Amino acid sequence: MSFSWAKAYEPKHPLMRWLDQRLPLPRLVYGAVGGGYPVPRNLNYWWNFGVLAGLALAIQIVTGIVLAMHFVASGDQAFQSVEAIMRDVNEGWLLRYVHANGASFFFIVTYIHIFRGLYFGSYKAPRELVWMLGLVILLLMMATAFMGYVLPWGQMSFWGAKVITGLFSAIPVVGPSVQQWLLGGYAPDQATLNRFFSLHYLLPFVIAGVVILHIWALHIPGSSNPTGVEVQDEQDTVPFHPYYTAKDGWFAGLMLTLFAVVTFYAPNYLGHADNYIQANPLSTPAHIVPEWYFWPFYAILRAFTADFILPAKLWGVIAMFSAIILLFFLSWLDPSPVRSGNYRPTFKWFFWILVIDVLVLGFCGGSPAEEPYVMISQLATMYYFAHFLIILPIISWTEKTRPLPRSITASVLHGEAAEAAPIDLSGHGPATAH
Amino acid sequence: MATVEHSDGAHSAGVEDGVRRRDFINIAAVSAAGVAGLATLYPLLNQMNPSADVLALASTEIDISAIKPGQAVKTIFRKQPLFVRHLTPDEIKQANQVSMSELRDPQSLAERTKPGKAQWLVTMGVCTHLGCVPLGAGEGENRGPFGGYFCPCHGSAYDTAARIRKGPAPKNLEVPDYSFKSDTIITVGKAA
Repeated sequence: MSFSWAKAYEPKHPLMRWLDQRLPLPRLVYGAVGGGYPVPRNLNYWWNFGVLAGLALAIQIVTGIVLAMHFVASGDQAFQSVEAIMRDVNEGWLLRYVHANGASFFFIVTYIHIFRGLYFGSYKAPRELVWMLGLVILLLMMATAFMGYVLPWGQMSFWGAKVITGLFSAIPVVGPSVQQWLLGGYAPDQATLNRFFSLHYLLPFVIAGVVILHIWALHIPGSSNPTGVEVQDEQDTVPFHPYYTAKDGWFAGLMLTLFAVVTFYAPNYLGHADNYIQANPLSTPAHIVPEWYFWPFYAILRAFTADFILPAKLWGVIAMFSAIILLFFLSWLDPSPVRSGNYRPTFKWFFWILVIDVLVLGFCGGSPAEEPYVMISQLATMYYFAHFLIILPIISWTEKTRPLPRSITASVLHGEAAEAAPIDLSGHGPATAH
Repeated sequence: MATVEHSDGAHSAGVEDGVRRRDFINIAAVSAAGVAGLATLYPLLNQMNPSADVLALASTEIDISAIKPGQAVKTIFRKQPLFVRHLTPDEIKQANQVSMSELRDPQSLAERTKPGKAQWLVTMGVCTHLGCVPLGAGEGENRGPFGGYFCPCHGSAYDTAARIRKGPAPKNLEVPDYSFKSDTIITVGKAA
């Protein structure tokens, strides 16, 4: 695969040799997630979340397929069929709670995975496409999660569908027709429910396809690492199996334990009570909020309250989509050659301010649309865009970064203190060599 | 595969002004496939538009005789809420006092009602922001700071002519096509 010292697949059993010559599928797996993929030896726990996201996708697909065996995509029966899953279907309550909380679990690990990439500069060359494919996965996840939430046909399902498809009506001229096209009517109804079910079933497999591209693109340069220094030779790496299969395995066990605690002891903590009321087109819930993983974006949407050339509503929609779209250009907004935030003292501060900013946006997005939350959302939205469009480009030009270790191995063998020591400029070689 | 290239001599059939017959066939075939591909896409996309049964929703007749001044009813037109409101003389006065320059979507009450029926305000109950149902039609519901309708989702406030006055909504509540069949019955919908 990526490095010349990557071990080649050598099947021992005659049957496997026979198979390898005809369909080298085991060879592909060996090179992708087996002993044939050399990985930097210094990955920390933040690097576990990609595998966890893959695990979450698998959980969602498996539980989703079995739930679809009992769900009825009909305006009259969807709500009742979900109640039947909860009460009558054998272990239906478990399958549905795992699926519903699995979506939250998927977003938690994915957001951590994304912030890992932001801190350690995983979006920088030569991994720009890995990052962009990841953003495509995020957008697909959002579409899938939104449509999945509509299926139980509760009050939040219905009004969420109405509000989110209403976003498209903000588009000038064609907006209302686009919204009608999405809904298949003037308001969410039978046609909407059916198509959302169809797409909700389809998109996870599209996600799985993009995940394969994401991993493929990753394995060309190989995984990044906490120093941001590229792999130079064989001693910088260890084979994925058994080293990282073991580490990922135990960490997955830990995270699944946390997941189980939520699923079994607080299965509705992340949901809304309103969604246990059947959809009613004539009554809007007092406080419409999306699921928690959309809150930061919902806060950005609602932050625009005044018309300026374009209507406020359109600004909100543009800003909400821009919040993700601008991440596609991150590699160019932050051209600093140093990848890892560990060696970027100024960047590091602003990174954590951004994390807090997104948490504040999330909090405001989950709160009612009234003061002081509107004002706070407006400030936090301004900061969000300022971070990427102003602060990051300035930092990357002005910041004095700390000296990088000579290699991954050097940073590992000399420990944290020596890793941070400056390179000896007197010409006697790197200070870290002593 | 036999191709034109295999025939020798300038007399080979199909060569005219440097364009070979095969080039023409190639471009024609790819173009035809392209057009056919686009034509195939159309039904795949258009099937998502509202179907005939949804479009064929008949016009709705509403008996308004029981609605007293100051009251409003919430009914359904094309699967969406419809508000019919009997304005009091005071509410009509309030609506007429507002100067057009103050309005985000300038329209007078007269433009939003039928001639001689200024007390009957018929609007969709769909907030023009993101489509929630505003409060104010039901008994005892919050009518907001302008005495008309108030959308709880994002705080849009409408006045007694259901015009947008405050909050994120860009437009007044939509007035559907309707007509008075008699003094007490209105017909909502294009067929009217």
